[in-house]
This record gives sequence, structure tokens and C-alpha cells, in this order.
Amino acid sequence: MIEQSKIRNFCIVAHIDHGKSTLADRIIEKTGTLTSREMQAQVLDNMELERERGITIKAQTVRIVYKAKDGEEYIFNLIDTPGHVDFNYEVSRSLAACEGAILIVDAAQGIEAQTLANCYLALDHDLEILPVINKIDLPSAEPDRVKAEIEDVIGLDTENAPLISAKMGLNIEDVLEQIVQQIPAPSGELNAPFKALIFDSIYDAYKGVIVFCRVFDGRVKKGTRMRMIATGAEADVVEVGTFGAGQFIPCEELTAGMVGYITASIKNVRDTRVGDTITDADNPCDEALPGYKKVNPMVYCGMYPADGSKYPDLRDALEKLQLNDASLQYEPETSIALGFGFRCGFLGLLHLEIIQERLEREYNLDIVTTAPSVIYKVYKTNGEVIEITNPSNLPDPSEIDHMEEPIVSAEIMVTTEFVGPIMTLCQERRGVYLGMEYIETTRALLKYDLPLNEIIYDFFDALKSRSRGYASFDYELKGYEPSTLVKLDILINKEEVDALSFIVHSETAYERGRKMCEKLKTEIPRHMFEIPIQAAIGSKVIARETVKAMRKDVLAKCYGGDISRKKKLLEKQKEGKKRMRQVGNVEIPQQAFMSVLKLDEE
Amino acid sequence: MKMQNNPEGLGIYVHIPFCVRKCNYCDFLSFTAAKETKEAYFDALKREMDSYCGAGHQKPRTIYFGGGTPSSVEPEYIEDILCHMKKCFSIDIWKQLEVTLEVNPKTVDSKKWKQYKQMGINRISMGLQSTHEEELKLLGRIHDYDDFLESFYEAREAGFDNISVDVMAALPGQSLEKYKETLERVVLLQPEHISSYSLIVEEGTPFEKLYGEGAPKEHMLPDEELDRKMYQLTQKLLKDHGYHRYEISNYAKPGRESKHNSSYWERIPYIGLGLGASSFFDGKRYQNTSDMKQYLKHSQDRNIRVVEEEVIGRKEAMEEFMFLGLRKTKGVLKSDFKHFFGTEMENIYGTVLKSLSAQQVLIEEEDVVRLSEYGLDVSNMVLSHFLLEEER
Repeated sequence: MIEQSKIRNFCIVAHIDHGKSTLADRIIEKTGTLTSREMQAQVLDNMELERERGITIKAQTVRIVYKAKDGEEYIFNLIDTPGHVDFNYEVSRSLAACEGAILIVDAAQGIEAQTLANCYLALDHDLEILPVINKIDLPSAEPDRVKAEIEDVIGLDTENAPLISAKMGLNIEDVLEQIVQQIPAPSGELNAPFKALIFDSIYDAYKGVIVFCRVFDGRVKKGTRMRMIATGAEADVVEVGTFGAGQFIPCEELTAGMVGYITASIKNVRDTRVGDTITDADNPCDEALPGYKKVNPMVYCGMYPADGSKYPDLRDALEKLQLNDASLQYEPETSIALGFGFRCGFLGLLHLEIIQERLEREYNLDIVTTAPSVIYKVYKTNGEVIEITNPSNLPDPSEIDHMEEPIVSAEIMVTTEFVGPIMTLCQERRGVYLGMEYIETTRALLKYDLPLNEIIYDFFDALKSRSRGYASFDYELKGYEPSTLVKLDILINKEEVDALSFIVHSETAYERGRKMCEKLKTEIPRHMFEIPIQAAIGSKVIARETVKAMRKDVLAKCYGGDISRKKKLLEKQKEGKKRMRQVGNVEIPQQAFMSVLKLDEE
Repeated sequence: MKMQNNPEGLGIYVHIPFCVRKCNYCDFLSFTAAKETKEAYFDALKREMDSYCGAGHQKPRTIYFGGGTPSSVEPEYIEDILCHMKKCFSIDIWKQLEVTLEVNPKTVDSKKWKQYKQMGINRISMGLQSTHEEELKLLGRIHDYDDFLESFYEAREAGFDNISVDVMAALPGQSLEKYKETLERVVLLQPEHISSYSLIVEEGTPFEKLYGEGAPKEHMLPDEELDRKMYQLTQKLLKDHGYHRYEISNYAKPGRESKHNSSYWERIPYIGLGLGASSFFDGKRYQNTSDMKQYLKHSQDRNIRVVEEEVIGRKEAMEEFMFLGLRKTKGVLKSDFKHFFGTEMENIYGTVLKSLSAQQVLIEEEDVVRLSEYGLDVSNMVLSHFLLEEER
């Protein structure tokens, strides 16, 4: 059995791109868990997609044995957390599994919005925070300034903060030693009833669900009847073990203070919700660990197979993805324009994009997505309250008393020279200004309340482009507020295209309608007839564009030598049509359905 | 089952790839060549022809010398080919055949015209393109308008009573007025046939570098609107002077339609002889090599000479019946379709016909299916609907 005093459970928190995964890799390498030859860059980011985008999507965990300068061997459990606001809840559960956190700050960029958000999150969980200044090899590195910033803004002592370059492998030893010295050892009750926190779970085709957990009290081994307190699911433990780098290592038992995995022939990750507490069904603990909540999707969109006959394939793929991702929701829906598909719910836009990319890459599906929507609350005149995730389902305006939309509290960190443009952007997006704090003299933290539906489209892109990439952004759901919202319909050749409808604030409806029509005009090819494109609220048309009729498309010469060439030309033309959706007489290219996402591109 | 709808005869096309100089817009196989090459080429042509001798084929109905500029070579070469053809294809009555020669002004004189007449050529296709010197220069033609007039009168004098004149519309910088002038001057001469083509900027031509997509002078090309006005003008002006449009770009006095070219749209088999020439013969479409060296050496050997080949099955034949036949203003007959394919046109194309009729690009009148005037303007888009899904 492993003594708790020799265990260190910690995670690494940082703003995106400040070097979280790189440091994790160096730690693994330095402790000899893997030789550098075995190291593939960024071991913990397993998915191809994660490596490509440089972000962590799923929490990853690795167990490391470190021989410290005091001659003792220590067990490090490093829990790598997702690095995006969409996955904030997962981050908080990972933090809850630890006693300490390494806070990485980029020596050139200093504190960013997510540095603060994640650091406060870690402080909320009473973690010991170990600041580390990374990227000191950069010519623009200013470690002293950044240290001062951390002391001023967060109030952490940085005197002993290691100055490292994770990329170059510089001063990694300092970090390891500090983990041993600064981060407290776990202090669970070995003889108390079994109590563990689920911080992640994955589905494996052979083993079923593999639960990642941190044991707080007691012990668990093969044969234990385990119970998930919140979901009430029970199962007999089949195997327990710890995490090697990229592999599972079975062991006899998991005891208080340890981080490991449990398998128990569970079929679905929905039974093993992140944040839930596991106990021994035959000898249960008194109360669950605090902080569990069921995470609900915030952003919805329709997903349709580009090729209608692939509907069953899409259903199977979503089913498989959901096995691994309890926060992904989907249910069948039909669209007149797009046929059979699914209304899918996501934690945020990044989550949506990731799922879409995985469907396309891992399942080889061509997907058409509709404009994302948030959940609107509709208070009907008959007293009924309904939640709308698909604009097409909005009741007739005469039945609506009023509507509410979700609002988020946002924090935007930006260098002072861009405060003006960013404030303008937030105002354009119906933001309510709450205040501004200066962090040093050159940077400011802007606080706004923003409607979620204004930031799910292209807010992040707009933010980056108006601050030359310097602004960083973090938000959390605040609640619902009444709002004057309208449904904007798009009519193509006088026919309403359901998949293009969206809900929008009445004040921005005109502008959005106009932009949408302009955009669609460029997306829809010319036909043999004129095509009016209209944006309408109810029966009132608020914007109109016209795709002119094709005037000429003819091969002047077609003699003996031209016939085969002519046929190829016609085939090409026909092939192009296959990638279109037929609405009435009009063929609409699939990307047109996504064009609502990019209305602000100049 | 072979799907050949060849009610009558066979077409023979002979490609003469030689020119005095290549025009700026031309993407046909043509070049200037030394005497030895020409001699070798005509030898090779005869050897290729021999490879068809004795094959069970229909009697030739039309012969067409195209190029290049067939009139740029000595008439003796042409005569030699015709003589050889007579033997090879057992042609006895010359008179009923349509024998066309493409001629460019400034490559002929009265002596040549007499020779052509004597050897049995009975139809002339003259490349004029424009009556304006600056447009001719732009196109890179070697002749001016006067050269054309001289050639035209000489041809008439030699007794040619079936002459076609080619003109071009939608030239860079061309105004509607200038084009109209060209047409007006041409109709004054009363040729039997007029072809008017919108300029196509072809890949690999000097014109592509100037007027192609994204090229510096692309904006000089008339826009679609003007292009269509030119076509409409062509139709009206020529109609007023007794020419009817019988195909997208072709106009003729009654009974003077090109039989040879019509056979392409009616799917009558043809043998293409010469460098890069295409054939539709024996249920296949195939093309000769474009490599002169290879052709000269192996013209008699089909296996080496033919570089591309497609078997025309029932599906392909149906597609062609529609997309070629509908180029003709008189369209296609449902009864013909049934006769050739043993099934009603509606069984194959019912939905397509209905939807295209609804869009007013296609007109159905009892047995006849034809494109509307607008349907002709956007014929690529319309005709693409007649391609069928791959049969499983």
C-alpha cells in the first residue's frame, strides 16, 4: 500500500497556449515514465484533433514516480484539465480531485483572462497554488514583470516561482521539487467508508465505461459493489488501476488519496456523471462530495447528413460519441430543407465544432449544420412556459406573452489601446457594461453582461480581429432575462427555408436580415430564373436581394471532336448540383446554411 | 445490343493540321510545317484510311476537310485523298455526297478554286470572322476583309453554289454596332450558310493570357448581357434575310443546312481521319493521337493510333440522343427515341422533361421536344439534366 504522505495530486492550470501540455510532457519525460524516444509530442493530448488544435478537450491523467532530492520516491498524479471555457465544469471537478495546482503564466504575455478564471477556480477549491513562469527562452520574455503582476493581481508569493522553458526543458527540476515541498499530501481516512470523486469517464468497447476517480476515503477493489450517489447506478467493480502514460495499469486496490480508474461493466457514461460521488453500496459514506451538478448544453444546432441516405450512419456516430461525452445531447428532428437529422446540444461553440469535426474525420460523414441557437424561454399567454432550441418551433407571436434569453457574465482582458474597439464590439452585441479594472497600467479587465446568443456566432473571432489577437475572454452563465426577441425567417423564391430561420433581438433584426440576404446572394448560384431572397419577421419583409437569372451558359461549338469534352462539361455541372439542397425549384449549396455564422466578415 | 441510330450513311472527317500561322484564339491542332512533313502526313492519312477498307460500314454520305487550314496545302494533296477515298470506301456516285472544304482567305487563287471544283468539292466553309480590320488583327488572322471578298467572288466564279461563312461574336472590345456591321456586310453577299460563334477563350491560347480568368484584359470581353444581345441580333437579322437558325450557332437558307455537321447532332456514325481526329464508329467514340511523330509512324495501327476510347452503350446513347439532338432548334422526336431505344422518352426522362418545361427552357409539342430560345442560351445547364445515373 502507498503511504498518503508520498502522494501528490495536482493539476496544471493556464491560459490557452501558455504551455500547459508541454510542461506536462516535460514532467513525464523528466521522471522517466517514458523515454524521450517514446514521447510523442504532447502525450496527454490523445486525440488527433487535440494535438492539431493545441487544446485539451478531455481531462487526461498520468501517474508518475519521482525520486526527489530527499532520496524518497513520490507518486505524482497529474490531472491535465480541458483548457476552454466550454468545459469549465469539467475543469472544476478535476481541480476538486487535487490538493494543488501549478499555475503557468507566459513570461511574455503575462496574466490573461483564463489565467485569472482558472486561478480563482483553483482558489475556490482551496488548492495550494504554485506559480510557474514559462517561456523564459522567448526574446520578449519579462519574467520579473510577470512575477510582479502575479503578486499584484492574484496576490501569490512568487519569490520561489520556477522560471522555466517547458519547450526547451529548462528548470523542470525546480517544478518537480516544489511539487514535493509545496503541495500538501492527501489526508483521507483509510478506514472510513469508500468515497471517491468522478472527474472523468470514458467508454471503451471492451471494458465498458472506465471511471476516472480520486479516492478520498476508504478503499475499493475488485468485487466491491459500487454506487454512484447522484445517478443511483450500481455495479460490481471488475478492475481497478492507475494511469501509465497512455495506458491503464491494473492494481490490487485503490486507497484513500489515490487517483485511479475503475471498470464495472457499465454501459453508458450517463451513469457515471462527472462530479458524482462513488461509494460502497454495502457500506455507504454519510454524504456525497460537494459540487456535483448535471451540466446542460447551452448551444444547440441542427446537424444533417449532407447525403440524406447517411442518416443512420449519423445516428450511429452520435450514439458512439455520446458514450464518451455525457454533455452531448441529440434528438431526431426533420427539416423541410434538410430532411432528416438531429437537434444537438453542446456546452458551447467549441464543443459544437469539435463534435462536427470528429463526425467528419472519425466517422467520415459530411455534415450540414444549421445556425446555432441558445435555449430561449417562451412565456405563453396561456401561462405555459416552454423552452425553445430550434427557431422553427417558436409559437405564433400571438401566443407569446414574452420571452427570455440566457445572459452570461463575461470578462475580457485586453491591452488598454484596444479597450475602445472592444467596448464598441460589446455594445454592438447588446452588452451591459459592468466595470473595468486595470491590471498594471497597460492592461484592463472589462466586465460585461452579454446575451449568449450574441457570442455564439462569431464573437470570439471579432474579439481577436479587433484587438489584433490580444484580447482574451472568459464567461459563465448568469441566468435568464426578458428580451424582445423575434424570429427572422428567410424566404428563397418565396418559400420559407426552415433551416435558415433564427431568433434575434428585435433591434438587430433588420441588420442581420440584410446581411443574411446579402450573404445568401453570393452563395446561391444563378438559376434559369430570377430568385428573390427575403428576410421576414412574420409576414413583414424587412430585407430583399435578388439572384439574377443566368443569361448565358452555352457551348457555341459542338462538332465531332467536341462531343466527349461536352459530356465531361455536363457531368461536372451535374456533379455540382449533387452537393446542393433542393428547396422548391431552387438549389442551395450546403455551405449556405452555415453562412449565418459568418455575417460579420468584411 | 448495339444502339446505333444511323438511318443513312456515314460521315468522313479529314483533319488537315496545317496553317499559314496560328490564330490567337485557336486551340485546334494546327501548325505550320515543311513540305516533307506534309507529304508524310498525307501518306499516313491514306494508310489510316486503308485500315478501314473492307470494314462493314455504311456508304459515306458526307466528307469534310477541316483544320487547320485545308486550303493552305497544295490542292493535289486533297485530290489524292479524295481519289483514295473513292476506292477505299467504294464511292461511285459523287454527286449525292456533300463534300466540304474549309478555306481561309489569302490561301487560295482562281486556279485552286478550279481544281477544287474539278475534284468534286461542292461545299465551301470560309473563315471570315469579322469584316473589321482591327478585329481581324486582334484575332491574328492573315487576311483582311478585301482578301475575303476576293476569295468569295472567285469561289462563286468557279461555280461554288454552296458556301458557308463563319463570323465571330463577343470579341474583346466589340460593340453591338460593329458586330451588326459584319453581319450586314455578310448577308449582302448572300452565302447559303452562316455560322456565328461567341468567342470561347480556350486554355493554352494567347487569348487566354490576355482575356482568360483573372487576366489583365478580361474586362474587355463583352458581358453576358451584350453577348446575348449579339445572339438575338444574329437571329433577327439573319431571319430577315432568309436564314433560319437550325442549331445554336448555325444558320442556313432553306435546305442548305450542313449535312455533315448535322450528322454529329443526329448521332450518325463518322470516321475521323488524321491527327487528333475523333470518330464515332462501331458503337465507340474514340480519338486519334495528337502526337505527330507517332501518327506518322503508326497511323495504320489502330491500337497505337487511338488514344482515347469510350464504348457507347444504351445509357450513353440515350444521353447523347438528348444532349446532342437538343442543340438543333427543331429538337428531337419522342417517336425517334422510342424507335431507337424501345421505350418511351417519358419512361427515362419524364421528371426531367416536366421540370424543364415548367421552367420554360424546354418545349414539348406532341411528338417534338425542343429547347426554348432561352433554353438554348443556357443549354449547358439544361442539357446536364439529361445525364443519367450510373446503372448498377
